[in-house]
Amino acid sequence: MSPVIAPVISPVIAIRALSFSYAGVPTLTDIDLQVADGEFLGIVGPNAGGKSTLLKLILGLLQPQSGSIRVLQRSPVAASRLLGYVPQHPSFPRDFPISVEQVVLLGRMGRNRRGAALDLVWPRRTPDVDRAAVHDALAEVEAGDIAKRQIGSLSGGQLQRVLLARALVGEPRILILDEPTANIDQRMESEIFDLLKALNARMTILVVSHDIAFISNYVSRVACVNRTLVCHRTDAIDGTVIQELYGESMRMIAHAQ
Amino acid sequence: MEAFFTALTQHAFLQTAVATALLASIGCGVMGTYVVVKRIAFLAGGIAHSVLGGMGAAVYFGLDPLQGALPAAVAAALLIGWVRLHWRAQEDTLISALWAIGMAIGVLFIAKAPGYQADLMSYLFGNILLVPRESLWFMLALDVLLLMIVAVYHRQFLAVVFDEEFARLRGVPVEFFYLLLLVLVAVTVVLLIQVVGLILVLALLTLPAAIAGHYVHSLGRMMLIATLLGAVLGISGLALSYGPDLPAGPTIILLAGAVYVASASFRQILDRRRVRLAAARHGASGTTRENGS
Repeated sequence: MSPVIAPVISPVIAIRALSFSYAGVPTLTDIDLQVADGEFLGIVGPNAGGKSTLLKLILGLLQPQSGSIRVLQRSPVAASRLLGYVPQHPSFPRDFPISVEQVVLLGRMGRNRRGAALDLVWPRRTPDVDRAAVHDALAEVEAGDIAKRQIGSLSGGQLQRVLLARALVGEPRILILDEPTANIDQRMESEIFDLLKALNARMTILVVSHDIAFISNYVSRVACVNRTLVCHRTDAIDGTVIQELYGESMRMIAHAQ
Repeated sequence: MEAFFTALTQHAFLQTAVATALLASIGCGVMGTYVVVKRIAFLAGGIAHSVLGGMGAAVYFGLDPLQGALPAAVAAALLIGWVRLHWRAQEDTLISALWAIGMAIGVLFIAKAPGYQADLMSYLFGNILLVPRESLWFMLALDVLLLMIVAVYHRQFLAVVFDEEFARLRGVPVEFFYLLLLVLVAVTVVLLIQVVGLILVLALLTLPAAIAGHYVHSLGRMMLIATLLGAVLGISGLALSYGPDLPAGPTIILLAGAVYVASASFRQILDRRRVRLAAARHGASGTTRENGS
């Protein structure tokens, strides 16, 4: 029942006394969070509670006003190439003229750090190792058959798999997903989470979700974010915790397993 | 038309005009594709129009207007790019203001230029028949520069044009490549001003790439087809305008506009037909499959 405060020895993510506000409105206040290597952490909370903001701070896309974040013992910006990110909404137009393969290939950028100056003298072709990685990533998310398709022709579930492949192809140490199943049906939601469960064997995973009941079957720990952050082990989640998080008016429905 | 091709063999100025159209089509196809897929036509418009400031200043100080156009275009591109990156809240207001301020500066300089009054109309609407032969070398140099940079950095450009946020996470210096892209758009604007003038540039920058986008689905192919289309439209427009002695720039633009409308309608008919055929097949198979995969 009580929040878990477990000191983690050399955590992959260490956040201390972090605060962030958008245009003067506090979004996150005094956040402390440590994520251990190999953990599968669920992040839940009401809309506009600061979940996505927390992810963007970890990714280095936003800078905190106070407090510190270390990711893999580095600053978030320096660590971003070692992270895989699946956004909630794709930040590109769906009618962009690009194939699935090319989208996933962009996830390999920044891996081999050959200087761009050298490219000027000797422009490089796509190395075979990158092509193989794209093939493997698409196979892993069971999207190998749509490699040649245009992204505009994909269904919501297919696009989600492609975005996951784009994040995986860079061989990330930490995979960060923002509501990966918001736009797809429930059967596919289970498929994606089964896949994440398998991936968790070789990488740390952070996943934002609004469905606390669903993800507690998969994750090892849940961080509840609503301007502040409280962690719970998944076996300790009951009505009181959910009410604290979402407020008194929440109505509980018991699910049979 | 035939009179045009006969004249082409005889008159050097027509040959120069055709070469100008061909050189311009390279920039038009390559950079036009980026402008269309990144949806920055408004930014490109701002760059094109504020170039008049530089051309006016060059005329005032007795230089070739083209020498003023290039630095003005690059400065406008950097300024507009900076506004877009750091002042997003008022982006459209500020870009419209830069657009008009650039033109106002140009008009003032031209009005006060000593001696021979430059022909304002030819800057605004272009005069491909008056392009001096030496300008061809300048245009060729710009084309080579543009193609080299795009050949080397096309992966970075694709990453930035497709998804800025993800590119940033992969360690791509997004701001640098965004500004470089706008500078190359500025170079292209200078190329195209020779053909259609700075007011009509926008259509030649976007229409060939947009038409190509109706049929092909990769940036490389769009660039190739848009370049060929740009060349064909430029030369056909020139030929059409020759007989009845029409201004070439507006003729080229009207031709491009007409082809775009025809192509968009054709594309829509194709799409509708495909939907209908798919629906018919669906009905014939007699199953109502879930939209699962």
